[in-house]
Amino acid sequence: MGDVMKKVPVREQDPKVRATNFEEVCLGYNAEEAMEEASRCINCKNAKCIQGCPVAIDIPAFIKEVKEGDFEGAYKTIGLSSALPAICGRVCPQESQCEGKCIRGIKGEPISIGKLERFVADYALEHDIKPEGAKEHNGHKVAIIGSGPAGLTCAGDLAKLGYDVTVFEALHELGGVLVYGIPEFRLPKQKVVAKEIEKVKELGVKFETNVVIGKSTTIDQLIEEEGFEAVFIGSGAGLPKFMGIPGENANGVFSANEYLTRSNLMKAFDENYDTPIAAGKKVAVVGGGNVAMDAARTALRLGAEVHIVYRRSEEELPARVEEVHHAKEEGIIFDLLTNPVEILQEDGWVTGIKCVKMELGEPDASGRRRPVPVEGSEFTMDVDTVIMSLGTSPNPLISSTTEGLEVNKWKCIVADEEFGKTSKEGVYAGGDAVTGAATVILAMGAGKAGAKGIHEYLKDK
Amino acid sequence: MYKILKAEELADKIFLMDVEAPRVARHCEPGQFVIVKMDEKGERIPLTICDYDREKGTITIVFQIVGASTEKMADLKEGDYFRDFTGPLGCASEFVHEDIETLKNKKMLFVAGGVGAAPVYPQVKWLHEHGIDADVIVGSKTKDLLILEDEMKAVAGNLYVCTDDGSYGHSGMVTSMVEKLVKEEGKKYDVCVAIGPMIMMKFTCLMTKELGIPTIVSMNPIMVDGTGMCGACRLHVGDEIKFACVDGPEFDGHLVNFDEAMKRQMMYKTQEGRAMLKLQEGNTHHGGCGNCGGDN
Repeated sequence: MGDVMKKVPVREQDPKVRATNFEEVCLGYNAEEAMEEASRCINCKNAKCIQGCPVAIDIPAFIKEVKEGDFEGAYKTIGLSSALPAICGRVCPQESQCEGKCIRGIKGEPISIGKLERFVADYALEHDIKPEGAKEHNGHKVAIIGSGPAGLTCAGDLAKLGYDVTVFEALHELGGVLVYGIPEFRLPKQKVVAKEIEKVKELGVKFETNVVIGKSTTIDQLIEEEGFEAVFIGSGAGLPKFMGIPGENANGVFSANEYLTRSNLMKAFDENYDTPIAAGKKVAVVGGGNVAMDAARTALRLGAEVHIVYRRSEEELPARVEEVHHAKEEGIIFDLLTNPVEILQEDGWVTGIKCVKMELGEPDASGRRRPVPVEGSEFTMDVDTVIMSLGTSPNPLISSTTEGLEVNKWKCIVADEEFGKTSKEGVYAGGDAVTGAATVILAMGAGKAGAKGIHEYLKDK
Repeated sequence: MYKILKAEELADKIFLMDVEAPRVARHCEPGQFVIVKMDEKGERIPLTICDYDREKGTITIVFQIVGASTEKMADLKEGDYFRDFTGPLGCASEFVHEDIETLKNKKMLFVAGGVGAAPVYPQVKWLHEHGIDADVIVGSKTKDLLILEDEMKAVAGNLYVCTDDGSYGHSGMVTSMVEKLVKEEGKKYDVCVAIGPMIMMKFTCLMTKELGIPTIVSMNPIMVDGTGMCGACRLHVGDEIKFACVDGPEFDGHLVNFDEAMKRQMMYKTQEGRAMLKLQEGNTHHGGCGNCGGDN
């Protein structure tokens, strides 16, 4: 028995080895380790961890089942609240959600809730435990736009209630950011994502890929011509931002979305696939979020020396602590309080970036201290590749082609939080399409809310 | 899966295919494009829509072998399938939304270079079906590479064919034909639409600028998703950055930064060259979209 104040450590690939491959970094718990970690839970009556979970999984209940070795029971308990536990256990920022509220965390380390959820979900995938579907179908047709976490969750919940659900996806693979955005080394595509989606299919949900809503057909046409009675929009926030500085169109400058799509969705890192990627020898990734970490660690695995260039200090990095830690272990160099002002080029190719040093001034509206340029501190960083990871916003394709759908000034769809109801009758929305870029679990929460809203709307029809 | 109903070689290394894609056929308009992915390991390739049949639910694509992927695609036969076929993508040509009577008073000139004849065709056909006969210049390197001549003749007002080597029609580049029509034959055009390799569009724009004819071009940069999520296809139009896949592919040709766009098109030259060499020995080729005739 280890120290009860500390988490049972999780096995990981050695940083030196993993920096050269795309295999999953974190290897997860085995049954013995999971049961030992579960036994650290004190099973609070008024469990704060549940409040920290955006979909309110009954955490003490499933952990108790893990402790007793009833892994199938634990999977069913999680299944009451979450459709994608193998994914959320891996990518949720638990430190600011469930684990951030854990009582154990006050004096020691919180329970490793994410790793336990992951263990239970992986166990279910390995042992092919089926989710429970609806006993009878109610015949109502619902369309879901987008097969990311919000859409998948909404589809799963509605199918469980007996609805006839079809999910429309613009890309050729299902999963949204789970397949094009989050890299293989954090979230295996075949082993985890494809199998979780298979479970949604087992509930009777139909999927149609290569359908771009707003182009291949519109929401109004789905309702008027194809007989869908309600629609849930979970189209995400996939439109990349650029800085607008000189030289940004030079060869070797990519949006993180492009770089990650090439590597993750198109498998450009694997030479058996046809899509090329410009690996780069020395890469600067501009930004400090999870996407920046993913892009940086991908470039590193393709053989580059990689720098994270971020205008604030380490404390403000929006990326998960675990990801920053992993990135550092693998040898990513952090150039903090640094902001690019120009991309330098020769004959159309990137040769470097002109940067300026920053210092932190007064807090801004978001409460974070505003970075201010230090006069006369310009310097040049020699790089051959620049990846812009400055955030994304919703693609206006759907909102601009749907009559009567209200959007706010950031082009986000306006929808209420409890039911995902939009300004248009029968149309619901949730996830990044409503909030702007956020987390997988918040999108899932919004998918659940949308399913609830659609059920309220259709159940008496 | 999307079934190929017809596959034929129009000219050396230029292929035409009819593909079953009912959703695309029902909604597409002239000026739009599709993205195709051959198989599991294939890349996503943008191709302009050459024709469509709403009733049969088919889309006609025309492509030229310019790299490893199009080389493999050329081997597909009638009865084979594309794994993925997405569209229609991009914006329809502006005239589709214009008032027909206003349009009838406009004199339009289309300039097609090489495989650019394929995307020009549905536009001229659409106009013809609405009672408007536009003049069309089709340029080709040689007589053997000329495509869609009969089809174009059937829908165009006047059709002018040029070959670089003078093996058929007028001898010379499309730009000299534009100049000849305006300066020597006294033709007046309110708008010109030029589609083909970027270098051809660039020089056509230089010519029409001199002649004072507003000109629209259809840009063919490197694309990945084709839905606006990555910016691989971004280009400068005036002072603005535009994504060709969602803001275009058609833009005011007099505002497009062609030199930058051509450099960006070369980005994967070496990788593509290597992929091509893996398939067959011979010429390496430029980067790009799979539908232009080659910029070098």
